[in-house]
Amino acid sequence: MKKFINDVAKVEDEMILGLVKAYPQYLQKLDCGNVVVRSNRKENKVALISGGGSGHEPAHAGYVGTGMLDAAVAGAVFTSPTPDQVYEGIKAIAGDAGVLMVIKNYTGDVMNFEMAAEMAEADGILVKQVVVNDDVAVKDSLYTVGRRGVAGTVFVHKIAGAAAEKGEDLLKVQAVAQKVVDNVRTMGAAIRPCIVPAAGKPGFELAEDEMEVGIGIHGEPGTHREKIKSADEIVDLLLEKILADIDYSGSEVAVMINGAGSTPLMELFIINNRVADVLKEKGISVYKTYVGEYMTSIEMEGFSVSLLKLDEELKTLLDDKADTPAFKA
Amino acid sequence: MNNENIIHAIDKMIDVMESQKEFLTELDNVIGDGDHGINMARGFGEINKKRDLLAVMDAGDMIKNVGMILVATVGGASGPLYGTAFMKAGAFLKGKEEIGFEDFLEAFQCAIEGVMARGKAAEGEKTMLDAMLPAKRAMEKEWNLTGDEKKSLEAGISAAKAGVEYTKTIIATKGRASYLGERSIGHQDPGATSFTFLLEAIASQI
Repeated sequence: MKKFINDVAKVEDEMILGLVKAYPQYLQKLDCGNVVVRSNRKENKVALISGGGSGHEPAHAGYVGTGMLDAAVAGAVFTSPTPDQVYEGIKAIAGDAGVLMVIKNYTGDVMNFEMAAEMAEADGILVKQVVVNDDVAVKDSLYTVGRRGVAGTVFVHKIAGAAAEKGEDLLKVQAVAQKVVDNVRTMGAAIRPCIVPAAGKPGFELAEDEMEVGIGIHGEPGTHREKIKSADEIVDLLLEKILADIDYSGSEVAVMINGAGSTPLMELFIINNRVADVLKEKGISVYKTYVGEYMTSIEMEGFSVSLLKLDEELKTLLDDKADTPAFKA
Repeated sequence: MNNENIIHAIDKMIDVMESQKEFLTELDNVIGDGDHGINMARGFGEINKKRDLLAVMDAGDMIKNVGMILVATVGGASGPLYGTAFMKAGAFLKGKEEIGFEDFLEAFQCAIEGVMARGKAAEGEKTMLDAMLPAKRAMEKEWNLTGDEKKSLEAGISAAKAGVEYTKTIIATKGRASYLGERSIGHQDPGATSFTFLLEAIASQI
C-alpha cells in the first residue's frame, strides 16, 4: 500500500481536521469526535444531518453549509459512524423544528442512525429520516435489504437542504427528500479497486482487462464482471439499467457523472458526452449536469451515472442557493 | 461463573478478535465490505483499554459496559448488533454475583432477541443468528439431558460451527451480502464466524 498518510489509525481524524482547517468559514468540528457542523448556524429551521463511513469525500462533511446539511458524521473508512456520534451531531443542530436524518441504505448505517434517533427522541428531539437507495445495480426485493444508497444522496442533500433553508417544516422537508429518493437512480462501474487504509490491500482484484459492472461505493461487487469495453458501450450498459427502472420518457433530468476517486475528469467528460447524446436520442432533456467527484470510493478508478427526474418543485429547489465547501449553486 | 471467570472470558475474546482480525476481514471481503475483523478488533481493543475498570464491576454491569463500548467503537452493523447482544445480556444479569448455567442460557436468549429486533432478522438469512440460534438450542438440550456445563458448551460450539457451515449453503437476505444474491452461496458468514469465536472464548473459562 502506498498512500499519503501518517498512521492508518489516524486517517479519519486527520482528514476531518484538515477539512475543517481548510473551510473554517463553513465548518466546525465538535470535540466529541468526527462530527462536523455548520459554522453559520441558521436558527428556526429543520436541521439536516447525514453521514456514513469515511472514504467518500467530499461526502458528507463537504456538503455542510448554507442550503444543504447542518451536520455530517464521519465513521471509520467504509464503516458507519456509531450511535453516540450521530446522537452528538443531532443534539448540536436540533432546534424546535426538528431534525431530518439522510441515511444511505446500508444495514449498519440504518441501525446506527436509528439507535441515535432513539437516544435523541428520549431527549424530546423530533427526528425523522429518509433512506436513500438509488443504486439500480442491486435488486430491491423481499430477499435483499434493498438497493444501496450511492451518489444520488448528494441530490437529496441539495434539495432537502434547500427546502429546509426556505423554512419548510419537518414533514415537508422529509416529503421533498423522499421525492428525490423516489426519482433518482444511479449505476456505476469500476476498473481498479481501492485500498481501505486499515486493510492495507485492495478489497477485490480485477484483471487488467476486466471491469466490475454495478459496483458499489465500497468496492462491493455489482451485477457482473466482464471484459472492459469502450466508454460509450459502458455508458450504454449503465443507462439501459437506469432507464429501465423508472419511466424517464419526456421528462427533464439532472445528470450527475460522479468520479470514484481516480477517474480523470477527462474520462468523466467523455462519459458525459455519451450520456448527453443517449438522453437526447431518447427525448429526455437535461436540465443540469454535474461532472466531478461527489461521492468517491477512496482511490477507486470508476464512475457512476445518476439521473434525477425533475418536476417544477425539484427544479426550483435544485437551483436555490447552496454554499458549501463541495457544492455551490 | 463469577466475575473473575467473566473478565477472563473477555480477555480471551480480546485475544481472539485480534488474532482472527485478518481472517474475519478476508471473509467479509468476499461477500461484504471487508471490514468485519478490523472493526471487531478495534472494539475489543477498546475493551482491553478499559479492562481494569470493567474487572471491578459486577457481572451484569461488566457485560452491559462491554456492549456499550462495542456500540460506540465497532461501527458498521456488527457494532449495534453485538453491542445490543451484550447490553441485553448484561441487563438480564444485573446485580448477580454468581451466574449459573441457567442464568447464562437466559442471558443468551436475551442477547439473541436483541439481535433479532435490532437487525430485523430471523434464522436462515446468513447472519450471526445462524450460529447463535442452533448454539442456544444445542446447549439447552444438552443441559437438560446431562446438567453438565462443559458438555453443554461443547455442544453449543459444535452447533455454532455447523451453523457457520450452513451459512455457506444459503443465500444472504440481510446485510451487505444480500446484494450478491446467489453469488453469496459458497461463502461463510463473517458474523456467524465471529460469534463462534466469542462462544469459544466463553467456553474456555468454564
